[in-house]
Amino acid sequence: MHIAVCIKQVPDTKNVRIDPDTHTLVRQGVESIINPFDLFAVEGALKIKDESGARVTVMTMGPPQAEEALREVLSRGVDEAVLLSDRAFAGSDTWATSMTLSAAIRKLGDVDLIFCGKQAIDGDTAQVGPELATLLDIPYATFVKKIEKLDDQNLKVTRQTDDGVEVWKLPTPALITVIKEMGEPRLPSLRHKMRAKKAQIPVWGIADLGLDANDVGLCGSFTQVVRVFSPPRRSDQILITGSIEEQVEQLFSYLKEAKVPGV
Amino acid sequence: MKAVVDVKKCTICGVCEGVCPFAAITVGESSVEISDECTLCGMCVDTCEFGAISLPEIGTGPGADLAEYNGIWVFAEWRAGAVHRVSHELLGAARRLADKKAVELSAILLGHQLDKGLATDLIMHGADIVYLVDHPQLGQFTNEAYADVLVDLIRRKRPEILLAGATSIGRSFIPRVAASLKTGLTADCTELDISEEGLLLQTRPAFGGNVMATIVCPHGRPQMATVRPKVMKPLKLSEHQGRVESVEITEGIFRNRVQVLEIIPEQDQTAKLTEADIIISGGRGLGRPENFAILEELARLMKGAVGASRGAVEEGWIAPSHQVGQTGRTVAPTLYMAVGLSGAIQHVVGMQGSKIIVAVNKDPHAPIFDVATYGVVADLFEFMPAFIRKVKQERE
Repeated sequence: MHIAVCIKQVPDTKNVRIDPDTHTLVRQGVESIINPFDLFAVEGALKIKDESGARVTVMTMGPPQAEEALREVLSRGVDEAVLLSDRAFAGSDTWATSMTLSAAIRKLGDVDLIFCGKQAIDGDTAQVGPELATLLDIPYATFVKKIEKLDDQNLKVTRQTDDGVEVWKLPTPALITVIKEMGEPRLPSLRHKMRAKKAQIPVWGIADLGLDANDVGLCGSFTQVVRVFSPPRRSDQILITGSIEEQVEQLFSYLKEAKVPGV
Repeated sequence: MKAVVDVKKCTICGVCEGVCPFAAITVGESSVEISDECTLCGMCVDTCEFGAISLPEIGTGPGADLAEYNGIWVFAEWRAGAVHRVSHELLGAARRLADKKAVELSAILLGHQLDKGLATDLIMHGADIVYLVDHPQLGQFTNEAYADVLVDLIRRKRPEILLAGATSIGRSFIPRVAASLKTGLTADCTELDISEEGLLLQTRPAFGGNVMATIVCPHGRPQMATVRPKVMKPLKLSEHQGRVESVEITEGIFRNRVQVLEIIPEQDQTAKLTEADIIISGGRGLGRPENFAILEELARLMKGAVGASRGAVEEGWIAPSHQVGQTGRTVAPTLYMAVGLSGAIQHVVGMQGSKIIVAVNKDPHAPIFDVATYGVVADLFEFMPAFIRKVKQERE
C-alpha cells in the first residue's frame, strides 16, 4: 500500500495578530510550524505502516524553505518526501492548491490512500482535502478519527459529525481528512533523524507536473482577498469585583439582562 | 509573482514591513523591496494608506458566462426530520442579499420522504422557491450523492450565489460541489454583503480569528460560501409566499462508492459542543478530573455543553471530543464560560466568536480576561458552587 500525506507549513497563528492601536499586523516572533492537523495525518499513515506495512510519501506545496517541514516528518518515520515549489504556485486559493496537489499525486502514480489534516490553522478552510479528492475522482471522508481495514478493497472509517459519529465504508483509492483523535504525533527518532538529514528531496515545479501557469497560483485561483482588517474589539469588557456573593449576583444579573437562555 | 510597489506613491514610511507575516518586505533607504518570500496574501495592500502596493491581476481562469447566472440559492439542511436552524439563519441573510440584488431566493431541499412541512417552513423563513429532490439515495448524507445532485441542479438552473451552513455536512460536501463546477468557495463566513459591482462580499476570520478577510469570486459561478452557524439572524415571515417545485434528477447520477454503515448519535448532551448555546469550559485550574463534575452540573442545569482546554484533555481529565481551540472544536455559543482556564491563544482562537464570554480565574493576569465580556477574579471552588446555587434558586 502506498500512502500519500499532504502537509502544509503555516505561520504559528498564535503570534499573528493585528496591533489594536496601530491596526497593523504584528509579526514579532512568527515562526513556521507544520500545521498541527497534518501531524495527526502523518501519525495516522505511520500507524498503518506499523501495522500492515505501507510506503508513506509526504508532500507539501510551498516556498523552498517548506523543505524543513518535510525533513521533520521524515525524521518521524515517513519514507519519502516531495516538495512542490515554483514561483507560479504563489497566491493559490484552495482550488489552485488542489489542482497542483492532484497533479503531484498523479505523478506519484500508485497512491492507494491520501491523508490530509482536517484543515490548516492559517486559513481554516477545510477545503483542500475534499477538492483534491474531487479532482482525482476518488471518494473521501472528512473529520476522520479512526481508520480500519475492512477487506482488500475497502476501509472502515469513523468520522466525527456535529451530532455524533458515523461509520463509513470507503473503497480505495480514497482520501481522508483527520482530526486529533487519529493519534498524537510520535516524536522523531535518532535513526530517522539521520536519514532525514541526508535525504534527497525532489522539487517538482510547474513543468514537472505538466501544469499550465494559468491553472495554478494566483492566476488559477477563483477567490481573491479584497480587504484585510482587524476583528472588532470587544468594547464591553466588565470586571466583576466584590465578595463572592456580590460577584455571583452581578454576573447573574448581567446574564439575565443579556437574555442568556437557561438563566 | 509577488506584490508590486508603486514607487510614485510609496513614501517609504515602513508600515508595510511590520505587517508582512512572511517577512518578505524590506524597507531600504530609498525604496521598499519585496522578496520572493511573498505569498501574495495581500496583508500589506490593505495596510498601505498611500495605496502604493497592489497584487498582480487575478487570472480569469476558465471563466463562466456570468450573465447566464441568476438568483441566490441556500442549501437547506435538516436533521432528524426538521429544518436545521443554520438554514433559517442562511435564509435570513440571503433574503437581505436577494432583496438588494432584486433576485429570487431559492432553498434546495435534498432527502427522502421528507415531511411536507419542511418546504413550508423554508418559505416562511424567506425562500421564494423550494426545489425539492426526493430520492432513496438522499435519505442519508454522503458527500458524493449530495454533491452530485446539487451540481446537476446548478448546471441546469444556474444560480449566481450558493450558500450552505459551515456544519459538518456543509463543510464536507460543498467543496466537492465547488471543485466539480470549477468555481471558488469561501469557508466559514461570518458576514455577507453585495458589492457595488454586484459581487458577493464574503468576510471571514483567518489566522485563527486574529485577522478578518473579505473575499470575492469575480469570475467563477456560482459564487459559493459556507456560513458559520449562529452568526446570521433568521427572519420569521409568516406571510411570505413561495412555491415548491419537485425536481427529477438526471438518471445515472449516483456513484455509490461510499456506504454508511452506522450512525451513532452522541448521547451525552454535554458533548455536543458545536450545537450548544451555552458552553461551560474548564482548564488545568480545575486541579483534578473529578472537578469537571462542577462544570457538568452547571451545564446540565443550563442545558449546555462542557468544553475543555488542551491542557485538561492532555491530563486525561476529559475526552478529546470536548476540546475547544486550535486542534479541537471551534465554537461560537451565546455564552462561553471559561473556568480555571488561562486562555492560551490556541484556546482563544476556538472560542473568541462567542457572544458573551465569562472568565472565572483567580489569576487577574490570566490572558483569558483579555477576551472576556465579564471577568470574575475569584477562586473557582468558591465562586462556581455559589453561582450554581443562584441559578437553582432562581429556577424555584
